[in-house]
Amino acid sequence: MIKSLKARGSELSDSEKQLKFLSNGIFQDNLPKFEDSLKVNNHFPLHPSKIEIFQLNIGYMCNQTCKHCHVDAGPDRKEAMSKENLELVLKVLEEHQIPSLDITGGAPEMHPHFRWFVEEANKRGVKEIIVRSNLTILLANPKYKDLPQFFARNNVRVISSLPFYQERRTDAQRGEGVFGKSIEALKMLNEVGYGKKGSNLQIDLVYNPTGAFMPGSQAQLEAEFKKNLLNDFGIEFNQLFAITNLPISRFLDYLIVSENYEDYMEKLVELFNPAAIDGLMCRNTISVDWEGYLYDCDFNQMLEMQIDKEVGSHIKDFDLESLEKREIKINQHCYGCTAGAGSSCQGTVA
Amino acid sequence: MDKTYYDPRDLKKFGQIAEFEPRLAEKFFDWYGEVFKEGALTEREKSLIALAVAHAVQCPYCIDAYTEDSMQKGASEAMMMEAVHVAGAIRGGASMVHGVQMMNKAKKISM
Repeated sequence: MIKSLKARGSELSDSEKQLKFLSNGIFQDNLPKFEDSLKVNNHFPLHPSKIEIFQLNIGYMCNQTCKHCHVDAGPDRKEAMSKENLELVLKVLEEHQIPSLDITGGAPEMHPHFRWFVEEANKRGVKEIIVRSNLTILLANPKYKDLPQFFARNNVRVISSLPFYQERRTDAQRGEGVFGKSIEALKMLNEVGYGKKGSNLQIDLVYNPTGAFMPGSQAQLEAEFKKNLLNDFGIEFNQLFAITNLPISRFLDYLIVSENYEDYMEKLVELFNPAAIDGLMCRNTISVDWEGYLYDCDFNQMLEMQIDKEVGSHIKDFDLESLEKREIKINQHCYGCTAGAGSSCQGTVA
Repeated sequence: MDKTYYDPRDLKKFGQIAEFEPRLAEKFFDWYGEVFKEGALTEREKSLIALAVAHAVQCPYCIDAYTEDSMQKGASEAMMMEAVHVAGAIRGGASMVHGVQMMNKAKKISM
């Protein structure tokens, strides 16, 4: 298993160096910066619409070390949110009635207070609880085997990555044996009712390209995934979200090492679609890191582009009104969310 | 002039053929765009046909473009290689079927 960039002591584990890299090179020479593209389309500065999703990155520990991971998560990452901060999160959710709680990581299920937190969120009336599960965690240890039942009991919506409906590309990106285990995990989820007709238990899959190319049509990929997973493995699921890989962290490292960086960035810029701006997830989401700091999205979190102190940059200072008036922080990685049909944690946006 | 006939960077300049003849280029690119839209065939089927033809006409630009396009449209490695085999089979078959013509001629001029 590969190590995280942090454990490898890579320069790209430093967010400042990533941001510097993304602002120099071709963006000095011949490509317009993201800010310029927004200005041309009268969308600068970018402001939120209404905050509907509270995305909580509960910690960076994961049982997998995917090659493209923007979190640089892995078994060697120990960051995890304290119970005190989790309490603060629950308080905010209750007070502001934010309809959707989106729990991510790492593998969020590995957090010591994960189950308690999900149950509490349910008790406090959060309308939708999403868990971004990597699937293989269900088979990683006997203590996780009953997660499908736990998810079902708490009416959790499960969203899981499966970059292809075949082994070769999935394992190339997510690690050897991941496809087979993911299939087993999906069967376990189907068994308790997830993705089945007539059931209200929802399992959605996330497709992201396994390399330096763009995602195709979300509707066509969904049809292809549904047909192949049902025919080959008898697996059912609800929706497929097609996501573009953003050029940060381990995917940025891959782009540089494979000498695809410039071509990839040129393509993102060329495919800039103004119609994607309205639906950008940074406009309806607040991202929270394991220490309780607030960001416009999970990518800005990884680049440590914190929301300004004056707006309230920590969960303890959560002020919905100021947050909805803030200026969203941008950089060149944002081109990943505006290319083609657009991209967000809920799939395409345009 | 460059010292090689093919430069991968030229693929991005495809649209520049309009510089010497804009009217026909516009018609060509409009038609080209329409051809690849979903119709009786899916976009992915069309992309795989393009990939096979690219191999048959041995166009390196087209091979790069339609490998990426096929992958983007969710084609597997096996699908792409089968498309290349189709191109190979037609090229090989096109030679071999002319063997009949050779045989016809040989028989005609033989006692």
